[in-house]
Amino acid sequence: MTTAGRFGVYGGAFVPETLVPALEELEAAMTAALADPAFIAELDGWLRDYAGRPTPLTLARRLTEACGGAEIWLKREDLLHTGAHKLNNALGQVLLARRMGKTRIIAETGAGQHGVATATVCACFGLECVVYMGREDTHRQAVNVYKMGLLGAEVRPVDSGSRTLKDATNEAIRDWVTNVENTHYVIGSVVGPHPYPTLVKRFQRVIGDEARAQALERWGALPDLVVACVGGGSNAIGIFTAFIEDEDVELLGVEAAGRGIETGEHAASLEAGRPGVLHGAYSYLLQDADGQVRETHSISAGLDYPGVGPEHAALRDAERARYVSCTDGEALRAFHRLCRMEGIIPALESSHALAVAERRAGELGLGHRVLVCLSGRGDKDIDTVRAVGGTGEGTQ
Amino acid sequence: MTAATAGRFEAAFAARGAGERPGIIPYVMAGFPGPGDTAPLLLAYERAGSLAAEVGIPFSDPLADGPTIQSIGWRALEQGMTPARAIAQVAEARAAGLTIPVAAMTYINPVLAMGVEAFAAACAAAGIDGVIVPDLPVDEAAGLAASLGAHGLAHIPLVAPTTPTSRVARVAATAAGFVYCVSVTGTTGARDRVSPAALDLLARVRSVTDLPRALGFGISRPEHVEALTGHCEAVVVASALLDAIGTGGDDPGATAERFIRGLRGVGAAG
Ligand SMILES: Cc1ncc(COP(=O)(O)O)c(C=O)c1O
Repeated sequence: MTTAGRFGVYGGAFVPETLVPALEELEAAMTAALADPAFIAELDGWLRDYAGRPTPLTLARRLTEACGGAEIWLKREDLLHTGAHKLNNALGQVLLARRMGKTRIIAETGAGQHGVATATVCACFGLECVVYMGREDTHRQAVNVYKMGLLGAEVRPVDSGSRTLKDATNEAIRDWVTNVENTHYVIGSVVGPHPYPTLVKRFQRVIGDEARAQALERWGALPDLVVACVGGGSNAIGIFTAFIEDEDVELLGVEAAGRGIETGEHAASLEAGRPGVLHGAYSYLLQDADGQVRETHSISAGLDYPGVGPEHAALRDAERARYVSCTDGEALRAFHRLCRMEGIIPALESSHALAVAERRAGELGLGHRVLVCLSGRGDKDIDTVRAVGGTGEGTQ
Repeated sequence: MTAATAGRFEAAFAARGAGERPGIIPYVMAGFPGPGDTAPLLLAYERAGSLAAEVGIPFSDPLADGPTIQSIGWRALEQGMTPARAIAQVAEARAAGLTIPVAAMTYINPVLAMGVEAFAAACAAAGIDGVIVPDLPVDEAAGLAASLGAHGLAHIPLVAPTTPTSRVARVAATAAGFVYCVSVTGTTGARDRVSPAALDLLARVRSVTDLPRALGFGISRPEHVEALTGHCEAVVVASALLDAIGTGGDDPGATAERFIRGLRGVGAAG
């Protein structure tokens, strides 16, 4: 096995031979672009003038009081244009694709946030955009499907396999294999074959770079704990990366425990999976004894994925980051608390991080600070939350 | 190396006459059309004069496959097909007298789940001669190739129209049995014609290796096979054959034999 694109033993590029030259071309283009001050300036300009960076750091005042411990601070990716951190990556990759002369953009999406972000950037540049989405998810996230249409993208529902994010990703890769000459595949998280995990990390690390600078400026100190939800892991890598060398900063990733790990209906790859290969990378994977990828469940479509980015696998094995999980019910209750106490409607994905942050804030006690990546806003989840009803009290 | 298995591909290709049409390597997904049908189909493939056969071990997320093989694989999994059972079907066919070479085709994750070494040993014990893993490019393949070699099995890598010739040479250097040439930039599935890119790839492969070349992905009609005479030594036929078997009534073996003889351009007696 090669050492290129490895995080410890994880990562690699397990793809059909047809795609190998395209991945090599992408890696070369990435290296050249990231070393080019003109490209970086162009990207920074779009992030500032179009996306709305830097995003604020907000003290969750009443939530902190209610938890009775460490201060809870929110990195407000929910305020980014299109409502989630996904735009950071979509902007970076589409700018890179333009530089590579690609005229057609494809993407996969689960919650629809990455699809909306990609469709948005393609509209800015007048690029053809096709988004693959599992049929199940087109129902769960109908508003985002409509939005992508408004933005001029074509949404292709995927009926193979379990009809969710993993199958949409398969279909996007098949499209790429077929149209590799003119098409760039904008993958939505730190997953997939090398160089994607590295590329997406580069475009998301702005979250943590900003937050670290904001912390030093506002508090004159670093947070004691950084918490982020983990689907594929891009917002988590995005906020962790700036703090990796800060050994005293605890890094905590939160996966979806769905209806409970013990029920088997969850999406906690790092907690309950074994290493394997999905979508071109070797990482933790929810699979059966024969290596067939298992179906997953989470109330949040963005976390409903059986794999996880290879760098998280390495951080876990190296014990630099810890990974825990949070059930649908715990996330829903955290969702409602943030609405009521802070006037912020969070994405259900981000609510997983909030639930664990609240618990840990109490444990850490006064005089400490918890930094939470509020990866997105919850507008897309209103129908899901309304269908459950109440304030989440009494749900599992 | 147990020459008995490594040699089956070599002997099969050596037995071809000069100027002959490419030999036929028909594919079957283990458990298709029904759980017990694989061994009888393999025997029908041999009766039809196939050069070799390919047996698919289904995987939940087959990235390189188009709709036909995806849906057949999904159904096989739903009916309880597993890697161990798929391999056992080849052993069953061997016990019933199958003599043509057999390659197993699957994705890397089921192989890793069984363990690379255990997988190679199980394939060898069942009388499988080679292994094709479409999501394992040469850069990641050293471990599997070594285990297969130790068990006398051929590691059969793929090259595609997008593969530069320098890389084709590197891939071919790890190959045994034959080089699997992908005819299209795309997934498996029947196509109307053989692309010029495929002929170009076959010529580029020949410029760097003497190994036999099998062209696959999209080959579906007798005229494709005829037109490929002199360009490659074998063709792999999958989706079109499985479509024919799936719609061909209740004798899969007879349908398969008819289809394969048609591709070979011979009558019922051939
Ligand atoms: C708001 C939000 N947060 C988190 C995620 C999960 O992705 P990742 O783990 O790559 O950050 C998604 C995915 O759609 C999302 O929309």
